[in-house]
Amino acid sequence: MGAFTQWFTERTPGLGAVYKKHMTEYYAPRNFNVMYYFGSLALLVLVNQIVTGIFLTMFYTPTAAGAFDSVQYIMRDVHWGWLVRYMHETGASMFFIVVYLHMFRGLMYGSFKKPRELVWLLGMLIFLALMAEAFMGYVLPWGNMSFWGAKVIITLFSAVPVIGGQLVDWIMGSFVPSDPTLNRFFALHVVALPLVLLLLVVLHLGALHEVGSNNPDGVEIKKHKRPDGHPLDGIPFHPYYTVKDLVGVGVFLIICAIIIFFEPTVGGFFLEHDNSIPANDLVTPATIKPVWYFSPFYAILRMIPSKGWGVIALALSIIVLFLVPWLDRGKVKSIRYRGVGYKVALAIFAIVFVLLAAIGADLTPGWIVSIFGPDADITTIENLFGRILVVLYFGFFAFLWVYTFFGLEKTKPVPERVTTHD
Amino acid sequence: MIDKTSRAAMRTLSALLIALAVALVASPSAFAEEGGGYPDANINVHDQASLQRGARLFMNYCVGCHSLKYMRYSQMADGLGLTEKQVMDNLNFTGAKFGDPIVSAMPEAQAEKWFGKVPPDLSLEVSAKGADWVSAYLKAFYLDPATNSGWNNTVFPNVAMPFPLWQLQGEQVALMNPPADGQTATVKELKLAHPGSMTPTQYDQAVLDLTAFLAYVSVPDELVRSRIGAWVVIYLVLFTLFALVLKKEYWKDVH
Repeated sequence: MGAFTQWFTERTPGLGAVYKKHMTEYYAPRNFNVMYYFGSLALLVLVNQIVTGIFLTMFYTPTAAGAFDSVQYIMRDVHWGWLVRYMHETGASMFFIVVYLHMFRGLMYGSFKKPRELVWLLGMLIFLALMAEAFMGYVLPWGNMSFWGAKVIITLFSAVPVIGGQLVDWIMGSFVPSDPTLNRFFALHVVALPLVLLLLVVLHLGALHEVGSNNPDGVEIKKHKRPDGHPLDGIPFHPYYTVKDLVGVGVFLIICAIIIFFEPTVGGFFLEHDNSIPANDLVTPATIKPVWYFSPFYAILRMIPSKGWGVIALALSIIVLFLVPWLDRGKVKSIRYRGVGYKVALAIFAIVFVLLAAIGADLTPGWIVSIFGPDADITTIENLFGRILVVLYFGFFAFLWVYTFFGLEKTKPVPERVTTHD
Repeated sequence: MIDKTSRAAMRTLSALLIALAVALVASPSAFAEEGGGYPDANINVHDQASLQRGARLFMNYCVGCHSLKYMRYSQMADGLGLTEKQVMDNLNFTGAKFGDPIVSAMPEAQAEKWFGKVPPDLSLEVSAKGADWVSAYLKAFYLDPATNSGWNNTVFPNVAMPFPLWQLQGEQVALMNPPADGQTATVKELKLAHPGSMTPTQYDQAVLDLTAFLAYVSVPDELVRSRIGAWVVIYLVLFTLFALVLKKEYWKDVH
């Protein structure tokens, strides 16, 4: 230990112990595969959002009259402003990509199962906070789709019985999205929700480190220990996984750099064309749709014919994810040793999620025309197809419970120790 | 023991997911104006000569009514590779200073009286509607005595704007489809009735240049980005390779 480190450690209450517990003596399974990069990448994106966000805050004007102009000011007059803004905007979309993959990893390897239920619940809370954070951030540039998206999403709260109408006005602070809405969204986006996110991330990691990480084999490495008390199949997080995650970071940053420098709008998915038009309450965009990362949930809302039930289905589609640890009664964690039914169901679920995203992003009319010809009845076909997808989305969770509760799953023997590493 | 079928299933699943994601991103996206399906504008914002010709056209035919309020003359000079003197002598007709934004001299109140609405700022026109739309729009004006200005447009029907480039393109007239019962007639095709000072090929080039200039004005950072982007990616590839070597070194003793 260096002299300075020693001097410092002697004067800090337990900092050295914390560092040991979470880094150099946090034993992680040695067989993590590529699906295990997305947790650290999500943390990286969070840091990126905070740092770039601080710089954007210095130049952004949170007023209906000034917001749109100030974004163009950042893009054109502020030195490197375009880079910081593209990093923030690309970061928002990449955040959802890594979080969706991180969640999918959890479903693949049963990372939500006992004893990690709380890790999953805290993760779901992070996902909720992230959705709120992203939605409010999306409104701030005050483009026309920001405006109409805000209006549509906030108006969803009018489906709440009795107080719905007043609730909508209370959230907006007005009768249409306007200055008060923008001011409060700015406050929530740059102060309140980042604090909530950071707290939840600390709790998520704390809860994880208490029980230890799962792995692609879904075996508990703490069952087999060396004489020194450390798991036989565990390796210290630092340096092993810090250097390994560095490789993941490199690959991830290459992808991000290609997007930021060569195609920052990603064909209108990351930055939408309608948001190049300033917010205008008299001109409605041809189709109002949320940004891509909300599109699977938006599709569920749209496919339900009644507004009230649509909002309920939308809420349920997220609530049901919270319940996964209790819906899935299977004892075997990893997809490697689970029954064929689970493998097929999870594959279908993943495809359904992507296809719902396509509907919510309004890609399907084009697909329908190219499949069924120009005279096809787009609405009927889309509704039929979309409603089947909604049934399949919820069907996954129903199947999961029936399949595991009634013991229909034929699992394979789980090995005692982890099997591979790369 | 690793189960081979489950590994294969997982590989198929991830391949499928990646394919779907690619399909999702690669799908042509709808621009603000509905429709789409316009011919490719075929512009190249890295062709500086094209941008310069486009800027000249804009300053001669467009800036009388339309502003580019988010673009300064000085920034334009940078992007187009021109000196301050070149810009101030040849491209600035409003008496603005070099550091000023490109703003039309037309008073808004007058504009509203003349055209029924203030001509929109075009700083972000290509970002909002796409280069293909802008290019198609500039080729789609035709004579129509039924409108106030005497001009109409197939891409933007009943547009308030008269056709400022008519001396260049000439005058197009519309050949109409026979009207269906109780419907108004629709335009079948446009025909050049009186040629302008440019041949159709020259006019197509002029529209291409003007569209390229507007595309540059919409996203001026693209010129800088593409210049440094490759170096950033190369740096990151080297970084990743070093990280990989470091990882292999550390992981030597993990069995």
